[in-house]
Amino acid sequence: MGSILFQNVDKVFGPASSGVKALDNINLEIAEKEFVAIVGPSGCGKTTCLRMVAGFEAPSAGLISVSGKKVTEPGPDRAVVFQQFALFPWKTVRENIELGLRNKNLPAGERNTLVESALKLMNLETHADAFPHQLSGGMQQRVAIARAYVLDPDVLLMDEPFGALDAQTRVVMQEELVRLARVNPRTVLFITHAVEEAVYLADRVAIMTRRPGRIKEILDVRSIRQAENWDRFQKIEDVMDLESFVHLRTHIWKSLREEKGSQSI
Amino acid sequence: MNSTPLTWRETMAWSLLGVVLFLGLWSGLTTSGLVPRQFLPPPQEVASRFIQLLTSPFAGATLPQHLGSSFMRYAYGVLLAAAIGVPLGLLMGWFRLLDDIVTPIFDGLRFIAPIAWVPFAALWFGTGIGGPVMIIFAGAFPPCLINAYRGARFVEPRLIEAARMLGTGHTRMILEILLPAAVPSIVAGLRVSAGLGWQSLVGAELIVAAAGVGFMMVQAQGSVQTATVMTGMIAIGIVGMIIDVLLRQGEAWLRRRRGLEA
Repeated sequence: MGSILFQNVDKVFGPASSGVKALDNINLEIAEKEFVAIVGPSGCGKTTCLRMVAGFEAPSAGLISVSGKKVTEPGPDRAVVFQQFALFPWKTVRENIELGLRNKNLPAGERNTLVESALKLMNLETHADAFPHQLSGGMQQRVAIARAYVLDPDVLLMDEPFGALDAQTRVVMQEELVRLARVNPRTVLFITHAVEEAVYLADRVAIMTRRPGRIKEILDVRSIRQAENWDRFQKIEDVMDLESFVHLRTHIWKSLREEKGSQSI
Repeated sequence: MNSTPLTWRETMAWSLLGVVLFLGLWSGLTTSGLVPRQFLPPPQEVASRFIQLLTSPFAGATLPQHLGSSFMRYAYGVLLAAAIGVPLGLLMGWFRLLDDIVTPIFDGLRFIAPIAWVPFAALWFGTGIGGPVMIIFAGAFPPCLINAYRGARFVEPRLIEAARMLGTGHTRMILEILLPAAVPSIVAGLRVSAGLGWQSLVGAELIVAAAGVGFMMVQAQGSVQTATVMTGMIAIGIVGMIIDVLLRQGEAWLRRRRGLEA
């Protein structure tokens, strides 16, 4: 349970004959409990990849499947964390987290237990009855992550989840996500344009070309992380100082710059 | 045009000046003898008639009693419009098929002025309560439906996606996502409905009623009591303003509660 497969996926926006080709022959296999980040220049279609796995959009050609089942519509087995949080402003933190469980028709007692543990996991206990607008951006994104985690989804889809946060909050959230991944590993598809974030979080990093987006290169970060034992550090800045980290980061930077260069930026 | 905002005092002063000028002009026209009294009674005559009608009956009831029976019809009509218009608008905002079925009919009907329903209201209901309620409904229904529909249709797409991702079914989607998201739009629609309903009311009562402010005005017209007609007009204006002020405050309260700017 929890693998993601892209098989010869094309995406064209607009009419098939005259539309804009956003994605060209995407092939990617994400194993169960694997964390894959997609980086690429803006407008390359990386968010479209995630939206197709979520079931918000359908591929124009090819197949996307999750846990061996073709994706046809959105569902709680594929929980999404949006860049702009997308919390329901009229629901409290608790009600936001609980909605998915109510949709699953779980009894109230069971729902409560799950919501409480999700609140605790994301350090939200004291804000359970607050409304989203009363919380900072970082706290709101914690709620969104709790709302996704509480569903116990096969895969977690994160669309530039920290893109709307300030630099310091962002670092805290990145470390938090690593902590979560250790406590409760998941299959994660993570979209970002921040190279350090991708290298710090992911097992593999897929680099995309500019439009029409193709997967240019897939880097295995996990083997380097394990070989160099990055996990001995708690803080992201310590990992970012390591030569192996710098090397990977520079490699991705250069690769992305080539893409921008061909766009003459 | 004017960039410096006026203080509350200044605003009040200018508004008062407007009223004084209006009354002065009215009074001047009538006392100068340019306009016959029966065409336009002077303000002081209307004022004394107004006060008189507060306690002494005309056409079977005092002014407050007429207003009371008008308001009952009005409340029925507007509530019925809201009770049907809001749910239907939300459903149309979610189910595309329903939208396609209802929209052409609705777009045709909504341009028929409420008063145009009077012949049918009289035919179907006589002078019973149904006729005026139907005409008020015709006035109040379109804004209820349109605003609920727009509110549901223009919910932030991310929120719909989030709800779908969480496995939310149709009923819960409409009640817990579309409805709360559409509340500001619905409330704005109710305000417009309340105004249009109140305007249609008098038109309805002019023809199909045996009591109410509009009925009182028609009776007064029959005996050329222009001051009584004007008393009815003023009462309608005052009640309309009160309804609008109350609904505005309700709207502001709701926005504050949502954490939005008032």
